[in-house]
Amino acid sequence: MYVIVAGGGKVGANVARSLLRMRHEVTLIEQRPYRYERLEEEFEHQVLLGDATELHVLEKAGIARPPDLVLAVTGDDEDNLVICQIAREGYNVPKVIARVNDPRNQAHFELLGINQTVCATSNILGLVEHEVPEHELVHLLELRNENLEIVEVLIEGGAPCAGKRIDKLNLPDGARVISVVRGGVAQIADGDTEIRAGDQVLAILEPGKEDELRRALIKAPR
Amino acid sequence: MNVVIVGSGRVGSSIAKLLQSEGWDVTVIDEKEEALNRLGANWPGGFIVGHGMDTEILHKAGIEDADAVVVATNGDNTNIVIGQVVKKRYAIDCVVVRVLDPARADFYAKRGMQTVCPTQTAIESLAEAVRASQKHTQEVSA
Repeated sequence: MYVIVAGGGKVGANVARSLLRMRHEVTLIEQRPYRYERLEEEFEHQVLLGDATELHVLEKAGIARPPDLVLAVTGDDEDNLVICQIAREGYNVPKVIARVNDPRNQAHFELLGINQTVCATSNILGLVEHEVPEHELVHLLELRNENLEIVEVLIEGGAPCAGKRIDKLNLPDGARVISVVRGGVAQIADGDTEIRAGDQVLAILEPGKEDELRRALIKAPR
Repeated sequence: MNVVIVGSGRVGSSIAKLLQSEGWDVTVIDEKEEALNRLGANWPGGFIVGHGMDTEILHKAGIEDADAVVVATNGDNTNIVIGQVVKKRYAIDCVVVRVLDPARADFYAKRGMQTVCPTQTAIESLAEAVRASQKHTQEVSA
């Protein structure tokens, strides 16, 4: 596989090194001369000095072949977005992945059609949420392209769903309970599965249905 | 008519003052508070300190009611991204984006963005000036 990696910081250099070890063909692009010099010692002809948002730099890196994959992992979100757009729309690169540095920019990437993104800050916050028990709904997985997410909920005594069968719950449209973990054992949920206090429930839902799901499972109705 | 101008450098601030004098309601966004100085004393329009990528800042600048947006920060890619976000999210018809790199200006112009490339304009004007002098010399020698 041929991969262009734009941005030779910690992320870019480590990804490029790993890809090379996996025997992929890689060109790394870095615009800062001092960084480039250091990278050149390791990557030799596989690193290129230049601004990866300039078309002639991308062309020198072989964007017109086109590569199988472009990774835009610079420390600048606008640069990453533009690199992805040029690669995909200008040169028909089949797959582009962007690094999002500021999670507030995530929505811009989605709006402009760059759906494959990685945001370290959001990932770490997701893990924090998973570890902090007072959060009621824990986000386990976001299927951004499918517009679905999987969450985990701990059912405490007195929750409105405790002791009820799943088909008797007032679940919102666009949300399903998929499994119940009881005493460390997971079982796939169906309509006649009864939820009990102490269960960990996994649910799949459309983003935005969290509040309704929370009301149905753990908040007493008003 | 409302216009929002993102970036209050030499270009942004001059357009702001020009449009203001022509009767537009102008709001300027710039990351630096000092950029207000470029608009002159007693600037009668709006001025918001913040980044044009920040939707809260755009909202504060009244982007929802803007009839036109000019994007002229000192970063080409920042301008390209803000221009697209504003056009797509707020459905504003007139979004003009300053892009210094002729290659990128052309790339995005072909995809429907209204770009202005001062570099390209300079190249054409300078070449035209040289050609004109040549013509003049030829006429004189003839």
